[in-house]
Amino acid sequence: MRSSDFLEELRAIVGEDYVIDHREDLLVYEYDGSVDRSMPRAVVLPANTDEVSQIMALAYEAGITVVGRGSGTGLSGGAITPPDGLQIAFPRMNRILEVDSINQTALVEPGVINLDLDNHVRRFGMRYAPDPSSQRACSLGGNIAENAGGPHCLAYGATTNHVIGMEVVLEDGEIVNLGSQAREASGYDLRGAFVGSEGTFGIATKILVRLLPTPESVRTFLGIFPDIDSACTAVSAVIGYGIVPAALEMIDALSIKAVQNVTDAGYPNDAGAVLLIELEGLREEVEEVTKEVESALWDTGAADVRIAEDDAERERLWVGRKTAFGAFGTIAPNYYLVDGVVPRTRLTQMLRKVNEVSERYGITIANVFHAGDGNLHPCMLFDAREPGIMDNAMAAAAELMEECAALGGTLSGEHGIGLEKKQFMPLVYADEDMAAMQRVREAFAPQNRLNPGKIFPDGSYYRPAPHPAAHAAGLYA
Amino acid sequence: MASGVEPQTDEVRHSGGGIDAGHGFPYGVPFEGSLNDGPGFAGSDAPVEADLYRCVHCGLCLSACPTYVETQLETESPRGRIALMKAVHEGRTGISERLVSHWELCLQCRACEAVCPSGVPYGRLMEHTRAQVQDNNLASPELSRLSRLFLRAALPHNARLRIAGHLMRAYQRWGLQRLVRRAGFLKVLPGGLDEMERQMPMMGDRFFTPSGRVYPARGARRATVGLLSGCVMPMMQGDAMRATVRVLQHNGCDVVTPTAQGCCGALNLHAGDLELGRQMARRNIDAFHAAGVDFVITASAGCGSSMKEYGDLLRDDPDYADAAAEFAESTRDITEFLAELPLDSPQAELPWRVTMQDPCHLAHAQRITDAPRQVLRSIPGLQLIEMAESSLCCGSAGFYSLIQRDMSQRLQRRKIGNALATEAEVIASANPGCMAQLEQGLRNAESEVRVMHVVEILDAAYQAESRA
Repeated sequence: MRSSDFLEELRAIVGEDYVIDHREDLLVYEYDGSVDRSMPRAVVLPANTDEVSQIMALAYEAGITVVGRGSGTGLSGGAITPPDGLQIAFPRMNRILEVDSINQTALVEPGVINLDLDNHVRRFGMRYAPDPSSQRACSLGGNIAENAGGPHCLAYGATTNHVIGMEVVLEDGEIVNLGSQAREASGYDLRGAFVGSEGTFGIATKILVRLLPTPESVRTFLGIFPDIDSACTAVSAVIGYGIVPAALEMIDALSIKAVQNVTDAGYPNDAGAVLLIELEGLREEVEEVTKEVESALWDTGAADVRIAEDDAERERLWVGRKTAFGAFGTIAPNYYLVDGVVPRTRLTQMLRKVNEVSERYGITIANVFHAGDGNLHPCMLFDAREPGIMDNAMAAAAELMEECAALGGTLSGEHGIGLEKKQFMPLVYADEDMAAMQRVREAFAPQNRLNPGKIFPDGSYYRPAPHPAAHAAGLYA
Repeated sequence: MASGVEPQTDEVRHSGGGIDAGHGFPYGVPFEGSLNDGPGFAGSDAPVEADLYRCVHCGLCLSACPTYVETQLETESPRGRIALMKAVHEGRTGISERLVSHWELCLQCRACEAVCPSGVPYGRLMEHTRAQVQDNNLASPELSRLSRLFLRAALPHNARLRIAGHLMRAYQRWGLQRLVRRAGFLKVLPGGLDEMERQMPMMGDRFFTPSGRVYPARGARRATVGLLSGCVMPMMQGDAMRATVRVLQHNGCDVVTPTAQGCCGALNLHAGDLELGRQMARRNIDAFHAAGVDFVITASAGCGSSMKEYGDLLRDDPDYADAAAEFAESTRDITEFLAELPLDSPQAELPWRVTMQDPCHLAHAQRITDAPRQVLRSIPGLQLIEMAESSLCCGSAGFYSLIQRDMSQRLQRRKIGNALATEAEVIASANPGCMAQLEQGLRNAESEVRVMHVVEILDAAYQAESRA
């Protein structure tokens, strides 16, 4: 099919304004929240399931690759579309269709923003628990694709634990339902297989999520530590008391600096690391555990322990944590985030490795992460325009991921594998494992037309071109 | 298509898989050269690399941006607009009409800047980008015409502005407007002028004129302040200006209104006319310096925001850098100043239901949201009811409502809907453009709700007290 005909047919489906094919406009659909970049051939913005189904059928007939995109906040290149591919973007499908306060569920479209859903259901005394740091911008559809996590997933589990059922459009345009209206479904858990499939199985067009009642009482602690080692010990001590906090986050000195550069989140500038801990539950329960958390922190060498006195202070502490990645922009124009997971007991060991790698490669690395889950986020800060730096960062990342695997952990806690980490998959999976996964994908998408070239190693990965203007100016000679 | 674990080669992965079949290549190979032959950024007022690359495209700005929320298009988002600036900077595209259309749809409300975790100075980036657009004569015809007729020909000149104001008031009051509209005369005006005529703000009954005299403090003197008169505010909202003077006097301030002052230059700066903006800034710095005041006060959030940035604007001017920084330091929004004093709380009850509309240049550019509410809460009996999206732009945005009519009206309807849902009797604001936009929106909605400046409400409370 000629490309002009294909685009005309797309326009007939969604209308003139919602097919974007001018290259100057496509400059803004070539990125996500990370370092990858690729300009799609066109972007289409459907308004409903029917349009999605028609688009998928049309692309299937024409043999065209399709990649879904929510808000473009991903950190693994999941929404990056190949140069000849079609991107389907979902910001227009942003309706909350139904909130059921008896069954505690909500039915939403994939473009609904995570925080908008949470804010919407709070008025009914409920919440949507998974809270990625990008929750102000990221979409539920994207959350499902990546099986997104967030600080509060320590107590409540990642996205997959909160999705009950989905309406899904398959690669040929067929509309199917996965999961059920009820809390449990019989037979194979296809819903479970779909969540975290990074857009390779199908496109979710309606999502039934589980809501939780808002807790009676919330208490937020800031534990201030002289160094990252003592903070790690404190993490083990808290968990050792048998306490499972709602959230348990670590923020290192460099991240504190980055955050405080932009907003005063209330983190002390001279701390070696801080722990952000949140308890939730019944008032008496929280009251009781408070003492245990306090003594765990003091016993492990905390320089100070503060408790947020009101909602405003609590909000401020969290804003710092949730804007940390963006705040790295005050230190360097690019960051590459490793999303490795290790058993909690290996945190100290892993962070020492991070430090050592940082020194050996001469790359600044900041750490801000879900300590309670053992989900690290070593974040390499650099300027991609500096020649060779990207290779250097990738090599350093490889060493870190190898170490995670060696310590009994894995490559990604919550951001997905995508383009960025696919070459590292053999560190944790044998060829047979990956073959088995591909066979599952084949059952959903036999033609592999959805987001191909992601997750599994194929010898190619993205390297940004050096920055032309910087070279002309001799900045990096 | 390949399946199983055999490594997929690029050829396999993309054969027949593209819209332009046969042109498959792997992910992310950046294209070489420029997309068009438009000009790049050049000269001293180009967006600077340090500002551009502070944006790490995390996307946290999206939900704060009024034009993104309305269109759901990345091209109409702050992140998208910066990506286009970066693309020009990197030589991947030149400045084109298409890029300019995305930049011009920006309201410059700076809501993105307030939520940006990297602290990207978006307002400055956009002003510099527009300067580049102007330098290359690539601004839209609507913006170019407005720049010529109003921003350059009238704003910097007090006398011309007054004459235009008087003519406009006469036109609006003497039934001429109805006559002209009925006669269809506007239809024959050059394209767009009839649209502009319809968007023309209503002139007030009594203009406010800076007189050079001192309005003396009542009671013990706490400060000597200079009041910025501004450009259109004294003509559209003379009442709010007079209320500002009275409220300051009531709170122990000698109020000076130097005659040598003029427009703050905000609208010129937003349009990218940086040189003219600098000239206007120097004039005000001189005028208020000569008046010897402790603080420079403005009742217009848009003006306050620009005046607080004079230091940045003139930092490379050896004669004015220090004076500009000092001027910026001494500038206060009237609500900010009153909250800091703190103000003398009125005694009489004012049992009004009020909702606060946060002007963008107060809430986002100056990060002031608490001060106007503190002022309102100091009034006994006043009930403050928060509206949804109180700090989402109302669509006024300076001259924006004149050249981006469609988007401006969409945002106006949204704002009026949110305001009316509170069932308040009064919408409080703190910026002349917002007030005019809200009034027009309420007229369209045939609503009886009134729009008042925060200080007008405080003034009403003081007056009720003196009557009691």
